[in-house]
Amino acid sequence: MDKILRVNLNDLTTRVEEVPSEWAGLGGRALTSTIVAKEVPPTCHALGPNNKLVFAPGLLSGTASSNSGRLSAGAKSPLTGGIKESNVGGTAAQMFARLRIHALIIEGMPKGDGWYSLRINKEGVSIQEETGLLGLGNFAVIDALQSLLGKKTGVIVIGPVGEMRLSSANISVKDPSGKIRSHGRGGLGAVMGSKRIKFISIDDEGAPGIQIADPEKFKAASRVFTKALMDHPVSGQGLPTYGTNVLVNILHEAGGLPTRNFTYGQFDGHEQICGETMHDTIVARGGKPRHGCHAGCVIQCSQVYNDKDGQYLTSGFEYETIWGLGANCLIKELDDIAQADSVMDDLGIDSIETAVAFGVAMEAGLLPWGDGKEVVRILRDEIGKGTALGRVIGSGAGAVGRTYGVTRVPVVKNQAIPAYDPRSVKGIGITYCTSPMGADHTAGYTIATNILNVGGQVDPLKKDGQIELSRNLQIATAAIDSTGMCIFIAFPALDIPECLPALIDMINARFGASLTGDDVVNLGKTILKTERAFNLAAGLTAADDRLPEFFKSDPVAPHQAVWDFTNEEIDAFWDF
Amino acid sequence: MEQIHVTIKLFAHFRNGRFKEANHPFAPGVDCRQIILGLGLGLGEVGIVMVNGQHASLDQRLKEQDTLALFPLVGGG
Repeated sequence: MDKILRVNLNDLTTRVEEVPSEWAGLGGRALTSTIVAKEVPPTCHALGPNNKLVFAPGLLSGTASSNSGRLSAGAKSPLTGGIKESNVGGTAAQMFARLRIHALIIEGMPKGDGWYSLRINKEGVSIQEETGLLGLGNFAVIDALQSLLGKKTGVIVIGPVGEMRLSSANISVKDPSGKIRSHGRGGLGAVMGSKRIKFISIDDEGAPGIQIADPEKFKAASRVFTKALMDHPVSGQGLPTYGTNVLVNILHEAGGLPTRNFTYGQFDGHEQICGETMHDTIVARGGKPRHGCHAGCVIQCSQVYNDKDGQYLTSGFEYETIWGLGANCLIKELDDIAQADSVMDDLGIDSIETAVAFGVAMEAGLLPWGDGKEVVRILRDEIGKGTALGRVIGSGAGAVGRTYGVTRVPVVKNQAIPAYDPRSVKGIGITYCTSPMGADHTAGYTIATNILNVGGQVDPLKKDGQIELSRNLQIATAAIDSTGMCIFIAFPALDIPECLPALIDMINARFGASLTGDDVVNLGKTILKTERAFNLAAGLTAADDRLPEFFKSDPVAPHQAVWDFTNEEIDAFWDF
Repeated sequence: MEQIHVTIKLFAHFRNGRFKEANHPFAPGVDCRQIILGLGLGLGEVGIVMVNGQHASLDQRLKEQDTLALFPLVGGG
């Protein structure tokens, strides 16, 4: 029997609840957003007792299906003031699913100043007082818990930045190598910190495991699905070889690589930080060009990046981080960016928000452009130690802009715009504007069709077709985010006709259901509308679905493109 | 007839055994397809063709000092 675990920190009690029938068919983002919309007052303070932090594995998490190990976390975001869902790999989703935990809901706030941890096992969830691991970085906490509880323990943890409740704080999840992956965006780590939960440990010993309604049908569909992932050139070859960082050179060539805090669309140091250079560096130093963020991943876009002495430096080293500190801050030394990535992982801070915040800080003159060593110092000595400057930068790009009077501040709903310039890749600008999450490329990844020729072609420099493209992708993404699937399954799903039906067949075989493609589309629409309704009730308006003014007034080289959508055109996104 | 000069940029595994960037002379009127085939690449291998930073069709003809960028089908996010 699936269950909901509920932790009430007001009185330090826990409960195991039956899954209400209206939540039974939901997983991942569909479930976290439904629970947040139902139980969290939209106008509450995101760091107050009325916010709730919800974790839910996807519908297919814990099964043998490829790439289904994503865990969703949801809450009201302290960064955007709206609803947030952020999903992650690691080992926790599969452990939750094997324990038949449909969702974990953490509510209330402890009285007094004490900190706590949660322990999840087959009996349910319990609360412990925590003192020994406070103030430690994520890697030290995971090492300590592995010594204490064994190598197999699952860990969900916040670092010092989450303890400080800064709005760029993330929540990290242990991956199969004992390193971490993160619920990166929107400051969910600050919500966990506000509830004074340092970590959650998971023990799935004796777990009942997954029950598949129709195992033969599941196996057949799973085979078709995995074949599609392996056959598509992006998921089968491109991502495994070069990782996401192959995008540096593509976006540079297309003039969509935001450079010097979104001043230009091309970076003269692109060859030093690109995926091709990174691949050769990893191989030369004995690292691993391929690495999966969760068991059962066949794409393996991650990697292990060693330093020049061949020692482990970082993993999960993504395009967005490399772009953000590279082109956007003009840092040309990949090793400095890797060092910063590792420190950000340890402190528990979103590497996109923080990289963009550094770009704004450089614009404000707080540190020189291109100074990677100073970035690492500020991360360690200012943000890590909670100095006033560190807290400003750790509160995100918007906070740095407001504090230092900068006007070129690339945010939507106060969340930093990631690695694709919306003037020269217009579809992604519609996603940045309209996603209930704030500026988030993964919410509707139009780069696929605007730049990569996946799922057809829509000219990135023209307005035609962008609203419809972003809408269709956001609806599909909301549904995929509910299955526990990695978003990169969208590449084969857009091009290989058997892929999406096989995914739906797996869901049907898992639950004995009879969902159609239309049902899945309707699920995606319902999720988006639920999230938007929360945001409107929280006080956000259509005026928050806009890009900053400078994108309209400042053309971006080399195409001299500007953001030229009218408000009415943007608002038409919601006509569905 | 005078030749035109085109800068060719190759990415990802297209660089293996070839080059990153080179300027080559061609007969006037040469199109993207002819250059791709001349590099020993199959048309099915090429995911993205850009001329001067804008997506181009295989039929697009190159002009003097154009830049042609060729990517295999790759992606990220």
